[in-house]
Formats: sequence, C-alpha cells, structure tokens
Amino acid sequence: MMARDLLDLVWLVPLLPLAGAVVLLFAGKRIGDPKAGWLATGLMGLAFVWSVVMLIALLALPGEARSHVSNVFTWLSAGNLHVKLGFLADPLSVTWILLVTGVGSLIHLYAIGYMHGDERFSRFFAYFNLFATAMLVLVLASSFLLTFLGWEGVGLCSYLLIGFWFERKRASSASVKAFVTNRVGDFGFMIAMFFIVGALGSLDYTAMAHGAGGLSKSTATAIALLLFLACIGKSAQIGLHVWLPDAMEGPTPVSALIHAATMVTAGVYLVCRAHPFFERSGVAMDVVAVVGALTALIAGTVALVQPDIKRVLAYSTVSQLGYMFLAAGVGAYSIAVFFVLAHAFYKAALFLGSGTVIHGTEETQDLRRMGGLRKYMPFTAAGFGIAWFTIAGLPPFSGFWAKDGVLAAAFYDHSYFVWAIGLLAALLTGFYMTRETILVFGGNERFRPSPAVEGTDGAAEHNEHAAVEHDITASPTVDYGMPVAPAHMSHDPHEGSPTMIFPVVVLAGLAMIAGVLELPFSGLEFLSKWLEPTFKGIKSPEPTSFLSGFGLSMLAVAVGVTGIVIAFRLYRRGLEDPEVDPVDAKLGGLGRVFGHAWYYDEGIAAMVGGPLRRSAQWLADVFDQKVLDGGVNGVARIFGAAGVGMRKLQTGLVRQYALGIAVGMVALLIWVFWRVGVA
Amino acid sequence: MGGYPILTAIIFTPLIGALLVLLTPARRPELARAVGMMASMATLGFAALLVWKFHTNFGGFQFTEHNRWFDSLGVGYIVGVDGFSLFMVLATAVLFPIGLLASAKMDERVKAYTFWFLMLEGAILGIFLSLDLIAFFVFWEAMLVPMYFLIAGWGSSNRKYAATKFFVYTAAGSAFLLAAAIALAFLHQSATGVLTFDYRVLANWTVSRSGLSTTTEYWLFFGFMAAFAIKLPLVPFHTWLPDVHTEAPTAGSVVLAGVILKLGAYGILRFAFGLFPHASVKFAPLFITLGVIGIVYGSIVAAMQKDAKRVIAYSSVAHMGFIVIGIFSLTVFGLDGASFTMVSHPLTTGALFLVIGMLYERRHTRQIDAFGGIWKSAPRLTALFLIATFAGIGLPAFSGFVGEFLSLLGTFAAHRWWAVVATTGVILGAVYMLWMFQRVFTGVPEGENATLADANGRELLVVVPLLALSLFIGLYPKPVLDRVEPTVKCVMRNFEQHADVVRPAADRMDLNGAKGCS
Repeated sequence: MMARDLLDLVWLVPLLPLAGAVVLLFAGKRIGDPKAGWLATGLMGLAFVWSVVMLIALLALPGEARSHVSNVFTWLSAGNLHVKLGFLADPLSVTWILLVTGVGSLIHLYAIGYMHGDERFSRFFAYFNLFATAMLVLVLASSFLLTFLGWEGVGLCSYLLIGFWFERKRASSASVKAFVTNRVGDFGFMIAMFFIVGALGSLDYTAMAHGAGGLSKSTATAIALLLFLACIGKSAQIGLHVWLPDAMEGPTPVSALIHAATMVTAGVYLVCRAHPFFERSGVAMDVVAVVGALTALIAGTVALVQPDIKRVLAYSTVSQLGYMFLAAGVGAYSIAVFFVLAHAFYKAALFLGSGTVIHGTEETQDLRRMGGLRKYMPFTAAGFGIAWFTIAGLPPFSGFWAKDGVLAAAFYDHSYFVWAIGLLAALLTGFYMTRETILVFGGNERFRPSPAVEGTDGAAEHNEHAAVEHDITASPTVDYGMPVAPAHMSHDPHEGSPTMIFPVVVLAGLAMIAGVLELPFSGLEFLSKWLEPTFKGIKSPEPTSFLSGFGLSMLAVAVGVTGIVIAFRLYRRGLEDPEVDPVDAKLGGLGRVFGHAWYYDEGIAAMVGGPLRRSAQWLADVFDQKVLDGGVNGVARIFGAAGVGMRKLQTGLVRQYALGIAVGMVALLIWVFWRVGVA
Repeated sequence: MGGYPILTAIIFTPLIGALLVLLTPARRPELARAVGMMASMATLGFAALLVWKFHTNFGGFQFTEHNRWFDSLGVGYIVGVDGFSLFMVLATAVLFPIGLLASAKMDERVKAYTFWFLMLEGAILGIFLSLDLIAFFVFWEAMLVPMYFLIAGWGSSNRKYAATKFFVYTAAGSAFLLAAAIALAFLHQSATGVLTFDYRVLANWTVSRSGLSTTTEYWLFFGFMAAFAIKLPLVPFHTWLPDVHTEAPTAGSVVLAGVILKLGAYGILRFAFGLFPHASVKFAPLFITLGVIGIVYGSIVAAMQKDAKRVIAYSSVAHMGFIVIGIFSLTVFGLDGASFTMVSHPLTTGALFLVIGMLYERRHTRQIDAFGGIWKSAPRLTALFLIATFAGIGLPAFSGFVGEFLSLLGTFAAHRWWAVVATTGVILGAVYMLWMFQRVFTGVPEGENATLADANGRELLVVVPLLALSLFIGLYPKPVLDRVEPTVKCVMRNFEQHADVVRPAADRMDLNGAKGCS
C-alpha cells in the first residue's frame, strides 16, 4: 500500500516546476541572474528526484498492477461527460517524466551559462519551468482532455520561447508559424475527442483501454488518424513539419529541450498512449509507418545541404522523429520509446554542443564560417563527436541499438517498403552528421575575417533578406543559397563554461551507454519488459533467427558507415572556399531542391501570402464593407430618401433624429396600450 | 424564495445611483465618479449575493417577484432568475465597475457620462431579469438610449454615424420583436380570454395542444429572431458591430462586447426556445449554418483589419458563432458550452478591449501599423494582452476553451460536418490574434512606441480580475456549470416533451433529474 500512497503524490512532479514558473514570473527580476536559473534548475532536479521515487514506487508493485490514477478534483463535468484532473502513473508515463525531468534538468543547467547576461534571463527560466510543467501534465494526464491541456500548454511555451528574442522579426514570425501550424494538428485532436466522447462516453484512458477494442473499424480509424494529425503537427512530420526548422530562431537550449528532446516527441507518446485505437484500426498503423518513413527520408535529404548548424540538426530531428513513428507504426512501441530516449540524449548533446559553438564564436551559425574548432573547445568537440557516432548508428552506442531495433521491427513486420526507406535514410544520417561535425570541428579555420572579404555585398543582402521577413504570410526562412555570412570573429573561439560543458558530457555519456536499456537479446530487453503492462498483449515483431537479425544489423551499420565515408571524403579538409560546398556540386539541381526543402514551405508561403491573402482582403474590404454593409446603408438611404433622412447623418442633427425614434417608439407603445385597452 | 426582493435591488441600484449622480454638482466630477462607483459596486455585491444564494440543482426560476403594474394591459412587473440569466447578471455587475474604473482618465462631462453608464447598467440588468414581455421590451429599447448617448457623446471621430447606425439598426430589429410579442399576447387572449404578457403563462400556452398553429409559430419565431439575430450579431447582420466598436469609448466597447452582444443569445435561450420550441427545432439547421459561417467568416475578416478594435470586433462575431452553434445544436453539451462562452467571452474580450483602450490613451491611435515593439517598452501591458489573447483563443486552462469545447462537442454530436468546419475556427483564431499580437507588441519599438508608459496600478486592477476569473472558471468550471446545467436540462426536456427533437446518441442522458422546470 505504501507504493500507492506515494503514487498518489505524483502531481508533485508537475507542481515543482509550476511553483518555479509562478515565482519567477512575479519575482524573477528581483531574484536575478543567475539565481533565477539556479532556482529553476533546482526545482527541475527535485522533480527528477521525485520522478525516481515514482519509478521505485511503481517497481514495488507487481507487474500487472503498475497503473495508478490519482484524482485531484473534477475539472469538467457537463452532461454525462466527467473529466477529472487526474494523473496516471504507469510505466509509459513514468518513463517520460524521467526523461523530461532528467534531460530537462541538464538543459536547465546548461541554460544558466548560455542565457547569462540576457536582459530577460529570469523570464526565460519562468517559461522553461512552465514548459516542463505543461509537458509533465501532458504525459501524466489520465484523460485525453487533460493531455490536451498539456499539449496546448507546451505549444504556448514553445511559442513564447521561439519568440523569446521578440525584437527579431524572424523570431516572432517563427513563433507564430509554430503555434498556428500546431493548431492545425490540434484541430485533429479536438475532433478525435468529439469522436471518442460519442463512441465511449468518456475521455479517460481507462475507458479507452476497455472500450477501444469494441469499436467499429471505421470509428477507430477515424479517431486514430485524427489523433495522428495532431502528432504530425506536434512532432513535425511531413506535411506539418514546416515550423520546426524555423523554431531554431529560439535560444539554443530551447531547441535542445523542446524542439529535440521532449516536446516534439509528444506525438510519439500520444500514439503509444492511444495505441488501442491504432491497433483496432490497423490501417491507421500503416499510415503512421509510411508517414514516419517518408519523413525520415525527406527530412534527411534536406539536412544534407543546409548551411546553418542548427538547421541541419532541426531537419535531422524531423528525420529521427520519423523513425520513431515508423517503429510505432509497425507495432514496436517499446522500440519507439527506446528511440525517443536515445534520441533525447544524443540530440540534446548535439544541440547543446552547437549552442556552445554559437556562444563561443560570437553568434556564428553558418557552417561555412566554422572549422577546426576542436582545438578551441575540446570538451564540446568530444561530446559532440560521441553524439555524432551515436546518431550515425555506430555500435555499440545507443543510436545503433535504437535504429537497428526500428529497422528490424519493420523488416520482421514484413513492411519491406518502409524498411528500405528507413535504411536509405540511415545513409543520409551518416552523411549529414559527418558533414556537420567536420565542418564545425575539423578541417580548416574559416571564421577569421580576411581583409579582402570585409564589407562585400553579402552582408547587405543578408540585411535585405531580413527586411523582407515581415509577416507570417511571407516568411519561409530558407538559408540555402544565401551568401556566406561575413566572418566577424575578433577573438579566438572559446570553450563554454563548466555548467555548459557538464550537461553535454553527461548527455553524450548517456547516449553512449543507453543501449543497455534495450538489448535485442532475450532477457536483456529491459525497457520492453518494463513497458509490457502498458502495451499488454502486443507482440513486437521479432527476428526469426539470430543470424538474420545479425545480418540486418550489419547491413544497417554498413549503410551508415557508407554515409560517413562519403562525407569524410568530401569534407576531410573542410572547405577550401567557403562559397563552394562540394555537396552542391555533386548533387546539382537536386541539391537546390533539397536545399529549398523541396520548395514545400515556400510554396505554402506563396499560397498564403498570395491568392489566399488577396481573397481574404477582398472578403474584408469589398464583400463585407461594400456588399453587406453597403446593403445595410443602402436600405437606410432608401428610407432616408422617403423622408426620414439618414442623410441628416451628415448634417449634425443626429441627436434629434435618435430622439425622434425614441419618441416614436414610445408613441407606438402608447398607441398599442390604448388599442389593447379598448379591445 | 428568499423573501427579500434581491432582483429588484439589482435592477434599481444602478438606476437610483444614476439619479444620485444627477444631484452631484457638475464642478465636482469626483463626486459623480464616487457615486457611480458605489452604486455599481453595490450592484456587484447584490449580484454576488444572488449567486451565493442561488440554488443549484434547480432548473426553473428563482427569486421571482410578481407585482401588478398595468393590469388592464396584462403587463406586470415580473422578475426571476435562472441558470441562463444568473451569470449574465454577474457578468454585467462585474463589467460596469471595471468600465467606470477604466474611464477614470476620461474627464469630459463626467457627470453625464456616469449617469448614462449607470442607466445602461440598470437597463441591461432589467433585460436579463424581466419575465414580462413588455417589461423586457421596454428595457430592451431603453438600453439603446444610454448606449446612443455614450457613443455619440464620448466616442471617436466618426461617432455620430456609428451611434445612429447602432440605434437605427437594432431598433429596426426590435420593431419585429414588439410586433411579434403583441401578436402573441393577442392570440393568447383570443384563445383563452386572458390578456397577459407573462412569459411563463405564454410559454405554457404555446407548447400546449391548443397553442399556436405551426405557421403562426414560425412567423412569430422569426419576429423574435430578427431582433436577436441583429443583436448577436449573426452574419450577415453584423456590420454595425465593427463600426460601433471603433467609435465607442473603451468602457462602451467592453460593455458592448461583454454583455450587450449576449442579449441576443439570451433572448434565444429564454424566449425563442421557451415560446416557440417547434420552430426552434425546425430551423435549428439554418442557424447552425449561420453560426458556422460567422465563425469562419468573422475570423477571416478579423485577420485583415487594420484597426485593433475592429479585429476584436470581428473576433466577437466569430465567438458569437460558437455560441449560436452551441445553442442550436439542441444538446446538453452545446447549451452548456454556449452558456459558458457567454460567461467567458465578457472576461477575455473585455480584457482585450481594455488593453487596446490603454494603448489608445497613450498613442491616440488604434492602427495596428502605428505600433510595434510594445513588449519592450511596456512589458506588463503586453503580458495582460498576451494572457487575454490566449484565454480568448481557447487555450485550455482558460475559460474560452471550456465553452468552445462543449459547444463544438454538442454540435459534433448533432451535425458532425458543421462542427468540423466550425473547429477550423480554433486555427483561424490563432492566426488573427497572434498576427495582430506580433505586429503590435514584437519588434524593436521606435519613436513614441519606445517611450510608452507601462501599465500602472489602476490599469492592472482593471484587467487582472477579468483574467483571473477566466483562469479560475477555466480550471474549475463547476460553479458555473452546476448552476447552468439544470436550466439547460429543463430546456431540453421541454423540447423533448413538446417538439420532436432528435437527440444524438452522444448526448442522450437522463433529463428526469432536472428539477424545478416550469
């Protein structure tokens, strides 16, 4: 009973960062830099400790009993729908809160150094803590509606943090784009909930567990696909991915925490949580797998040629998220969760590492203006390097086990199509990460200004470009094809502070060893076993024989290594001329398509900024004002011509006119009363 | 019930306050302000007491008072409150002191201003509480007069045009209302021999077997609906709203968007539904369609406005759309959601208008283009607007979400595809609000924007309560829903017993628990 008493207090996990957010919003300025950051980090640390307590409490229960709902109060009760503010602690949610609070604490710690000196330092940590609260509510919620509260809450915080430097037009535009694009997904979430209420009469996850199996296939498919639409938005899958690359306008710790490690994986969480609908549907699973695979591939192609250090990582994140959905789509939910964890470690390390690079090079983000930095920031280079090996899928790092798990699951699910696409994407991953790592840390130094380059029109064009980004309807932020930013370094690059190095090293270390969570050998699949109560009765696709499994793994590694080798051959010496990126020459016209992200984003922007905007303008200026309002005034004018005189509007006699109406109205009333009295 | 005439106290406290304001010397505007504030605060006190004393689990009228008035005309002074009117009374009582406080910097003919403002409050409260059709109509028309003078006297440049447009347009609508009401009373008289304008008596008669013929009911229904549709306003009868909002003083806009727009919805819930259930069921699809059009159309047009107040005005058209679809979904969910939105919208939109008013006081313009970067110069003001924005676009945890969600849920149960289209409103809402927010508050401030004064204590005091209430009932809607839902169930039971309403499966719940239905 002890364990359940503890689990009743699971709400402390989101409450701790919430307290931090409230304190910092109201008193953050007084607490100041860096104390505000330490407060926020400390509370996240406490939340992590409490999450570990929750883990232990859950482990103390027998396997099948590891699901505990604690209700705080009834949130919304209307008709026969009753939604409680309740928290569900089970293996799936506890895994996620460990991730959010654990990685979250490290990134909070990192941000103390990164944000040091920012004029809105304390507000940053208020938003950061608020984000953690919303994310924790999202995963701990016991019902779809409360998950939706967290879902929208993380969207709000994402909006606030992408636009944190709101003075910059690009940042504010990116924040609006992120929120609006996510709302397209939320539209699906809401309609899915309407369906669920109709079908099950409840939005609780327990009701879903009991009722989803009995639904008709078409209802289950509708619900699953609508929920998946929400996931496409939140997890930036193909179609609604356009906001994530732009979200890199936010401070880098934001990119690491929200746009790599946690928030964007909420979609994967939702698919896992709502798996009974997906399982019942079947078709929806295929859609998830195919969308995931295509996303992995297409985003990978875009990452190949990006000139911006964070943009490569952004498209890489989109691509990696695709792998997670691929896994979920073939029914390998625990592998998807495993991938989420591994990815959180290595991608957070990569983002934080890139943050240190940006920080240490006077805000340089252009890969063509870096090179040779390992000399100046050895620790960061080491952490980044390990993460690079991990994401490229080299054994025995966690990325290898995760990616291998996904591909094997697809293969043994007989989904050869998505397996092949996933394999191809692994080639791209190896290439773009190697390219980025070498361009940043290896090769020649390209960040020192040479007198001849000073003041060329490159800078002018940059500014012009920035000036065009004026509003949300016209802001495709494509860096590809932009002239190389002028080198502006006045000092040598420098390594980050200890609070910035420590998280990178820890995360890289975790990325190295996280494979032990889920090794594909019987008895060592700890994560699958731990998650088993959540995914009751679902059999992950398994290798038919050790040999075939081993062969597949070796194939995947070989493909990844091929990507690495190709990139290594192209970039070994860095860039001889920063203006010429060898990958462009090799890819030709295809490179331009990749660079412009297949022109999808720009196409939408042109559509929204062009015909759509003109139609809306016509509706507002012509239809509403001339037709509808003109009609109203026209009717009035007809009466005016008949003698009452709307014309007098312009003559200043309105008051008499209005009084006349009032008098007339009273006269009418009196007449009516009189008539009635007589009758 | 109760024994003391609390509803009369609520209606007449502001009216008496208005008369007292007249007695203050014009040279001492602070006296007029003080009297106005005291009267509206006293009204708020009574309203709060009413909510406190209000019986949950009871769907019919409470605290009814019935006094003779014009007996020979069948006109009585009948007041009563139920779940629909309760929170409208409270919202009115909350918004008026806030409106007065927000007008503290306005020092032009303060006495007259306060007088009209209190008259307006009394008239609006009278509308919400009257159960006699003639008394209702008198208050309904009486409300126009102070509103006219407030706009014409203290509005912006084109105020006379706007004031007249408001007056004429809404008065035109109410002419139909009056005609229909009188016709109804005569028909009742010729059938039963009793002349009365008592809503309860008439409602009992119209739903009975000997009541109205189908055609007559349709005609009378549309007579009432003409007034309500203009007041709501429903697209395409909405064009007076942006004009009036732009010209009205801030407090006028707050009251207009906050409670005057709710009069139309309230009228439907109270009178159209109660008196004409068959027609309401029959024409529900028509009004759902208009509501959905309102949501989409209002949102798109809102996005294209250049004046900040017009953005909010058109957003109100969209929000009223959510109310209309909830109402005409004829489901418990939908009616709950519509009633809840009627409580929530005054809070969020009131806050938005107040902040825009503060920007106007500082810059004497509301053109979105004229602003930029305000977040840097006035962070507190920006925070107020930002919170109001997200509360308004239906971020869960704030009140807007609860209302929108339930409205859409009910509509989805009854008319699936309409609800799907209406739900795009949550995307469009984010577009127009965040785009405006971006243009006004982000960027680097230049010129006057760079030195804009941040919100002072009074301004915080004006806006924060609204946002706090929105957050409170967003997280804990129970106090509202507990009081609204019994009345909703009575309405649904009335439909079930007297009109062939088809209740969707998702909404099929036991209505027998509804107590006190008349």
